[in-house]
Amino acid sequence: MENTVRERVFPASLDLLGDIRAFILEEDGAEERLPPKRVAHLDVAIEEIVVNICSYAYETPPGELTIRVEEKPEFFAVDFLDNGVAFDPLAMDEPDVSLPLEKRDAGGLGILLVRRMMDEVHYSRKGTLNSLRIVVDTPRMP
Amino acid sequence: MFEMHFTVETWGRSVLLSGRLDARSAPDFEKAALAAADEQPEKRLHMLLDFSGLEYISSAGLRSILVLAKRLSPSGGKVVLCGMSGVVEEVFGVSGFDSFLPVTKSREEALRLLGE
Repeated sequence: MENTVRERVFPASLDLLGDIRAFILEEDGAEERLPPKRVAHLDVAIEEIVVNICSYAYETPPGELTIRVEEKPEFFAVDFLDNGVAFDPLAMDEPDVSLPLEKRDAGGLGILLVRRMMDEVHYSRKGTLNSLRIVVDTPRMP
Repeated sequence: MFEMHFTVETWGRSVLLSGRLDARSAPDFEKAALAAADEQPEKRLHMLLDFSGLEYISSAGLRSILVLAKRLSPSGGKVVLCGMSGVVEEVFGVSGFDSFLPVTKSREEALRLLGE
């Protein structure tokens, strides 16, 4: 397939999660070109990232969330750009997943799922923007 | 799309969950499950969550299950999960939730675990 890039700006609101998911995975038929297991991984990663941004990025919600999808034969990548307060989710300590029930809390689980299910995750601060990029490597089609 | 169906059992509740347990649906599930847990707070109550129809779960779903397990635990109640597969099973593995919550393949095994 050709290299493609598509971009859309959404209000950073959890109500738009379904539309954001559809823009990334369904529009342009990306879902059909990826193995179902990787679509499921992206599904989880998209929710966790959008929930994070909508909950923490803006002092007075909703701000704006720009989604950029980049598709190449070798990979499928999504950039999440928001102009909320600077926040690097990858700098957080990972939760200890071996603790018993009494000592567990739910903090940090979302970003842990993103890290484990994506092949790459990158954070950068670009001027006034937080940029979080997730990448799924795509197997070469014969 | 998310559906939940609660059945009253002698030992607690069976809950059949289907569809997507995500940031949108998890608060509804948590509310319904805690309401059931709080009906007779002094009594030991187990909950068997049947995930055979569950297609998707995120950290919001995990959080609701953690809240429920912590609510039931002081009176000796357990949350037991059965029938999970695919990405749901992966999410449980990555988060380590399968290490402190009993997970079984079938509903029959889950019932045996509860001593029923």
